Amino acid sequence: MIECQINIDFNSFILDANFSIPDKGVTVIFGPSGSGKTSLLRVLAGLERAHNGFLKIGDSIWQDSENFVLTHNRQIGYVFQDTTLFEHLNVQGNLDYGMKRSSNIEKEFIDSILNLLDIKILLNRSTAQLSGGEKQRVAIARALLIKPKILLMDEPLSALDMKRKQEILPYLDALHNDLDIPIIYVTHSPDEASRLADYLLLLDNGKVIGSGPINNMLTRFDLPISHGSEATSLVEAKVISREKEFDLMHLEFPGGEFIVPDNRLPIGSNVRLRVSARDVSLTKEKQIDTSILNIFPAIVDQMSPEGKAQIMVRLKIKEITLLTLITKKSAKVLNLKNGSKVFAQIKSAAILS
Amino acid sequence: MLNEYDISALLVTLKLASITTVILILVGTPIAWWLSQTRFKFKAVIEAIIALPLILPPTVLGFYLLMTLGTNGPIGNFLESLGGSSIAFTFTGLVVGSVIYSLPFVVQPLQNSFGSIGKQPMEVAATLGASKLDRFFTVAVPLARSGFITASVLGFAHTVGEFGVVLMIGGNIPGETGVLSIAIYDHVEAMEYGQAHVLAGGLLVLSFVMLLIVYIFNGRFSIMRSD
Repeated sequence: MIECQINIDFNSFILDANFSIPDKGVTVIFGPSGSGKTSLLRVLAGLERAHNGFLKIGDSIWQDSENFVLTHNRQIGYVFQDTTLFEHLNVQGNLDYGMKRSSNIEKEFIDSILNLLDIKILLNRSTAQLSGGEKQRVAIARALLIKPKILLMDEPLSALDMKRKQEILPYLDALHNDLDIPIIYVTHSPDEASRLADYLLLLDNGKVIGSGPINNMLTRFDLPISHGSEATSLVEAKVISREKEFDLMHLEFPGGEFIVPDNRLPIGSNVRLRVSARDVSLTKEKQIDTSILNIFPAIVDQMSPEGKAQIMVRLKIKEITLLTLITKKSAKVLNLKNGSKVFAQIKSAAILS
Repeated sequence: MLNEYDISALLVTLKLASITTVILILVGTPIAWWLSQTRFKFKAVIEAIIALPLILPPTVLGFYLLMTLGTNGPIGNFLESLGGSSIAFTFTGLVVGSVIYSLPFVVQPLQNSFGSIGKQPMEVAATLGASKLDRFFTVAVPLARSGFITASVLGFAHTVGEFGVVLMIGGNIPGETGVLSIAIYDHVEAMEYGQAHVLAGGLLVLSFVMLLIVYIFNGRFSIMRSD
């Protein structure tokens, strides 16, 4: 576990960070601009110092009443918001900077990181010869090559344009899938959060307003992200077969089989699907003559009004939780109550990784 | 063309400027770093004191140095009580005077350079495992390279060109404290304009070349900038 109890008064706001999160997988710190996300990450890195507090990562205590471990002794990988390669060193020199100050970095490990981020061909270039996306990949590699106990990433995509973001995202997916160190990722982009997070920590105005597994958080009615037309839920599934004739693939999840357009992922790959609440509709009887392929039996778990006309319905498909946004009129016509049995028709689902 | 006196003046000058520049870099770097990082309340007072030689008549500085370093001055007394002798009218005295006189020409470019690096590269180095001293030498110093070039050239050139301080505290002893600027003055006094031309012209060309180096390396002349 990562345990943090730190209270620190910046002149403009107070950061009140009391939480514990798992020390594996990707935890996304999510919140609006100015909510203290970056400050929290800096606290974890030891770049900001609270007079008293407690911080523990796995079995290393980084701060308690007596001790404060300085940043350079914490063995962290930190990827800053804008690119921060040292201009006086070339790519190789930048990578060496951290490695020279760490121990037990084996050749195979270096190779695996260089391959993961695809930067072998860049090693002899100067930093001025790199594109924004390449710079950020080198910065990520530099952070990983010290074999950090934890990787901290502060909006690593925010300084990049849409095209560069798309270029970097697959590498972040690879980090997510291939590394066994915990990653803490700061973002204000719902897309990045739903794509990368295993665990979500919500921050608002310097306060932690909730934390938990990503899909629980997305569908908790006491949190703002589960409301409004942008509300989404996630489904983890696995590619099991393809339908060549229609260029579709079948994905298995606990509630049944999803059918989505084939994106060439190999059989057996794990994928994450994002389902927008607006793309889910409900019927009492299972429709047969419909264009919708993905229809699953579901149970109404809870309902929460959205404005005057609409209502957000939380469904359970086996243990999977899904949100759907429908009109109050429809809810009345269908006579929806907690526990009602319905069929969820999913019009579209985006494959995130 | 150059007589023995001129050559000894040239050698003393070059030796003085070189030693002074080395000391200035060693002394000026920590001061400049501290000034670039500190939020000390009275930072402006320290900055003003260091900048004083920029506007003070050199003779004023030379006069006070003579008063403190001379036989009857506090530092002179102290040195004599240790069994040494006053450093007024010695090469050492000249070095001390030159270091103080040229200090702002070294501290200001370094302070500007350190300041423009910003906090982030140092924080990045810390996350990569570099201790405070380590990141100073491996990040701050290389990134402030142009500041070091400017500071060295200006410190050297300004020391070569000093007159008033040297006159007050040096005393023009050939081979010991007799420097070029005073040699030129002596030649003019003695109506030896030809000799004066050679030395003055030489200094003019030397100064130009050194400033040219600064401009070529930096693309800008940054000593008077406060950012």
